[in-house]
Amino acid sequence: MASVLVFLDVPALPLPRAARELLTLAGTVGEPAVAAAHRVDPAMLDALASHGAVKVYEPAGELDTVLVAAKAAFLADAAKTEQPAAILLGNSFEDREIAARAGIKLGSGVITDAVAVAPDLAVTKSVLAGSYTSTCRVRTGTPIITVKANSVEPAPADPSAAAPQRVEVPLSETGPAARVTGRSGKRVSGRPELAEARVIVAGGRGMDGNFGPVEELADLLGGAVGASRAATDAGWIEHSAQVGQTGKTVSPQLYISAGISGAIQQKAGMQTAKVIVAVNKDADAPVFEIADFGIVGDVFSVLPQAAEEIRKRRA
Amino acid sequence: MNIVVLVKHVPDAQFDRHLTGPGHTLNRAESILSELDEYALEAALQLAEARGGESAGNRVTALAMGPAAAVNAVKKSLQIGAYAGVHLADDALAGSDAAGTSLALAAAVRAIAESQGPVDLVITGMASTDGETSLVPAQLAERLQLAQVTFASELDVVDVDGAPVVKARRDGDSFTETVEAPLPALVSVTDQANSPRYPNFKGIMAAKKKPVTVLTLAEIGVDPAQVGHDGAWTAVAASAPRPPRSQGTIITDDGTAGVQLVDYLAAQKLI
Ligand SMILES: Cc1cc2nc3c(=O)[nH]c(=O)nc-3n(C[C@H](O)[C@H](O)[C@H](O)COP(=O)(O)OP(=O)(O)OC[C@H]3O[C@@H](n4cnc5c(N)ncnc54)[C@H](O)[C@@H]3O)c2cc1C
Repeated sequence: MASVLVFLDVPALPLPRAARELLTLAGTVGEPAVAAAHRVDPAMLDALASHGAVKVYEPAGELDTVLVAAKAAFLADAAKTEQPAAILLGNSFEDREIAARAGIKLGSGVITDAVAVAPDLAVTKSVLAGSYTSTCRVRTGTPIITVKANSVEPAPADPSAAAPQRVEVPLSETGPAARVTGRSGKRVSGRPELAEARVIVAGGRGMDGNFGPVEELADLLGGAVGASRAATDAGWIEHSAQVGQTGKTVSPQLYISAGISGAIQQKAGMQTAKVIVAVNKDADAPVFEIADFGIVGDVFSVLPQAAEEIRKRRA
Repeated sequence: MNIVVLVKHVPDAQFDRHLTGPGHTLNRAESILSELDEYALEAALQLAEARGGESAGNRVTALAMGPAAAVNAVKKSLQIGAYAGVHLADDALAGSDAAGTSLALAAAVRAIAESQGPVDLVITGMASTDGETSLVPAQLAERLQLAQVTFASELDVVDVDGAPVVKARRDGDSFTETVEAPLPALVSVTDQANSPRYPNFKGIMAAKKKPVTVLTLAEIGVDPAQVGHDGAWTAVAASAPRPPRSQGTIITDDGTAGVQLVDYLAAQKLI
């Protein structure tokens, strides 16, 4: 059977949902092989095996901290050895850049933002800020496809899976590259990753500097917190929470938009959500055009009341 | 410093956009300079101005690729403040994907370097607002073998031991990092990098006197078969507008909207 090479940059266990989704998807197209950006320890190897990996490529040493250049070179080298039928990556900015550069190195077409990949490698993706769906194909080289989170249901782990074969990839020249000179971690919230979350509660300028009600509702629903650019620009919440054209594109089961007008750049990031709930005190706010359930009202009374009601029902 | 800024002429996202024809290409009427490229242009102008501007020998060249109308993106860039413009215009480019686009743009940047001298920086926006893939900046860096600094939210060029070095900040999901690269480099900037200026009357008048060089594929040594629909490494087989969302329920809060919201979520099995 042809193999499908999945690029994973997972420094620690447990395997994130996005990684399990990619492995599951690879398994529907061929035999999953993994190109791991870091050397894998036995526990990681077991985890990859239990999610279908039959082969794991790893760099012969730590990859240089030169942004994506070294990772792209490693992925291209692994692909040259494996000769897979396709290469799958996540859809983060970094994953897309690795795909972009590996594509040039391999002479292979790249398709981003995939939401489905058929066994014949036809790729379904959402385009024009979520307003169109298209089906694309790679015509030249090994199809390289970056897949959005929440596109497939990850298969359950199979603890009895056989140990995958390990293949070391010698480090190669990365060429001129930028070097990381400093890194400051941000606080860890304990909430799900925004791009992967099944539920997102997002706040905008209407939250007026107080994200408490948004965070409270997100936590009760086990969701992530998102924001409009107006809210992140104001410094009410970190920039990585921004949803939209220049922030994250999300496709959760439920997106609750609170105090957000719904400008085109915000819609671009969230209009493929399964269910959209909007709370805004302006009945003419454009967000109501795409809301499944809209509430014309004040976020500071509606959100706390909903939170209270959820607690009451759960008690 | 010699800076090339990539500027794309894209359909205005404020209007409905449509894919048409057998190639499922975007209807390009009502196009504008991509908003995201305004941040790239601003970054270039600030870097050049900090070094004394045009009179001190700095160059900021706006480079657009596309059909005849794409020259409007170059002209707008000149009005905003770019010192010169280049328009890569060739019918054979129609339908190029990221691979073809990066191939043609790489050749255009080399042609600019041949006529003006070495290019120190290529600056781009973080993505195009039509294709939205973000592939082109990284592919251009790969093709030109430039150090790549993408998604910069802060940017500066400083001298380190007599050699210019670009320093940038990038905001990741779980961390913020600072990166450094020797010149020449390719940089893409986010909408956090600056606040783009608007063209003023003086800029609009001055733009009329600024040169726009038009280049064809033959002039930059690109085989037409390698770009456009025929040269694309990817193809669109089908496209359809996403079905409009069915009209939702809108209620006005009468004091119980929070409870009604929970009823709705429960009915949808979302809690
Ligand atoms: C190049 C570019 C890229 C951009 N990228 C993004 C992006 O990625 N994401 C993004 O979000 N935006 C983006 N924007 C900005 C976008 O155009 C809007 O400006 C932004 O989304 C507005 O945020 P907002 O809805 O929170 O604020 P506003 O438009 O000010 O809306 C606030 C809303 O809150 C409502 N409100 C106020 N008080 C209350 C209350 N007490 N209760 C209920 N409702 C209340 C108001 O009625 C109003 O509708 C971008 C813009 C540009 C130019």
